[in-house]
Amino acid sequence: MTEFDAIPDHGLGWLEASGEHADIVLSTRVRLARNLQGHAFGARARVNDREAVLRQFRNSAEHSEMLRGGTLLEIPEVPGRTRQVLHERRLVTRDLLGEKGSEPVTSTAVHFARREPVSVMVNEEDHLRMQSLLSGLRISEAWRIVDRLDEEIGRELPYAYHPEFGFLTSCPTNVGSGLRASVFMHLPGLVLTKEISKTLRGMSELGLTFRGLYGEGSEVVGNFFQISNQTTLGRTEEDLVEDLDRVVRTVIDKELHARQVLLRDAPGVTEDKIWRAYGTLRYARMLTFDELMNYLSGVRLGMSLKLLRGLRVYTLNKLMIFTQPAHLDQAAGRDLSPEERDAHRATFVRRVLATEGDVSAVTEEAADDRSPDQP
Amino acid sequence: MADMKCESCGSTEPVVHLTQIVNNEMSTHHLCQGCAAEKGLQDSPDPTNYQLLDLIEKASPDTLGASQGGGGQCAFCGLTFDDFRKTTRLGCPQCYEAFSDHLPRLLRRIHGGVRHVGKVYLPPDPSASEMEKRLEGLRRKLERAVQSEDFERAAEIRDEIQVLEPVQSPT
Repeated sequence: MTEFDAIPDHGLGWLEASGEHADIVLSTRVRLARNLQGHAFGARARVNDREAVLRQFRNSAEHSEMLRGGTLLEIPEVPGRTRQVLHERRLVTRDLLGEKGSEPVTSTAVHFARREPVSVMVNEEDHLRMQSLLSGLRISEAWRIVDRLDEEIGRELPYAYHPEFGFLTSCPTNVGSGLRASVFMHLPGLVLTKEISKTLRGMSELGLTFRGLYGEGSEVVGNFFQISNQTTLGRTEEDLVEDLDRVVRTVIDKELHARQVLLRDAPGVTEDKIWRAYGTLRYARMLTFDELMNYLSGVRLGMSLKLLRGLRVYTLNKLMIFTQPAHLDQAAGRDLSPEERDAHRATFVRRVLATEGDVSAVTEEAADDRSPDQP
Repeated sequence: MADMKCESCGSTEPVVHLTQIVNNEMSTHHLCQGCAAEKGLQDSPDPTNYQLLDLIEKASPDTLGASQGGGGQCAFCGLTFDDFRKTTRLGCPQCYEAFSDHLPRLLRRIHGGVRHVGKVYLPPDPSASEMEKRLEGLRRKLERAVQSEDFERAAEIRDEIQVLEPVQSPT
């Protein structure tokens, strides 16, 4: 898989669970939208606009310390399944790849920096989208990396910039700073204590947006939520980044408190949920996506609460990414049917947990030490 | 529920719902497992077109008349305001000038503010006034870095300022 060999960490550095609060905050992303003068934006750009944008970007990359010697992939030249894998690793957007089942738009590309965790998508909705994706809660750090790259590229390329509106973008929701910072958080404590709606509404009032997955009957799938800044105009980049950081830290405190409430008020039920989740992942023969997400959530909570010792955050992050359709297809070397995928997913999870997720020896012992009526 | 289709691929019966709150408004999207897996793990927090369409509509009560009367078309890319209302995307940098009558109201609804106060861009061949604006921006940034005791950052910004600042005659 030559494409991935050329990308630092195979594009998986953000899974390493190295950042602050990595058990709760899976990842941080900061992206900047930039456009070049004299060319129509993404949707209205013609073939020659896109070619010119890519050419100009290539030249600027040669003068950029961060990008020089990195890897540029032209999307139309990348095999279909590899494109999907890039997407599942969150390195490119669906927009860059184009409609499902049709060929990608010409002159679309992604350039990965040589060493730093930063990349640039070319000819997406905006001409350039620079983004840094890091493990854990590292909003300021991600912003600085992207800011530095923006300085390097901005010295070379004529950005579309307006003295009043700032950096001009295709969508009016991105104009101004062009900055979108987001974190991916695991909040099972707030969901189980039914505090989540209140927390999310509160965040929305502070100018942040959130999204989450829900199943039938509005139960939450996986307990993962994405939180990001909503506005880009009228505040400095530092304000946007610091505000998000502050709110996320408050949410982490609330989540930690909720977990303590669970352990205090319902220790038996909580522990049972966690062990059932672990047991299912360890032995199931078929796993659908939302089953996997829900059980992984239980196991992640158990790991955070030190009920499942011997498990690493990295292992759980890996289980989420490598069990997506294109990753499973790639491992199988062919396109799998949905039923086959459920089976392959379960096999993959079992194999990984057998080699790096065997918690039974350590934890059973700890459990046996306790008297039955002790919480 | 039975005839509900996945909003993303239209094929399978949806089983997962993606809920977002943007601008204090909640919206839910119905997705099949495959699309939910994809969208649930991606972060694309941009507001959905549906919400943006609504904002554009609210911010431009008089635009129907304007677009019919040819009141707004970008001379560079040919986008009309009506096109913008349908697609929620502007066509090119010049559109911001072409629709300058309508945009501030929309931008205020989306962002609260209408004026960029962040990074000041310095084009490759800057004029003297562009240099001055950029320096002002960098000085603001420097002040902030010092306030938050981020001295490493402050030193970097100071270096940038020194590169741009006109050489001062010794006093």
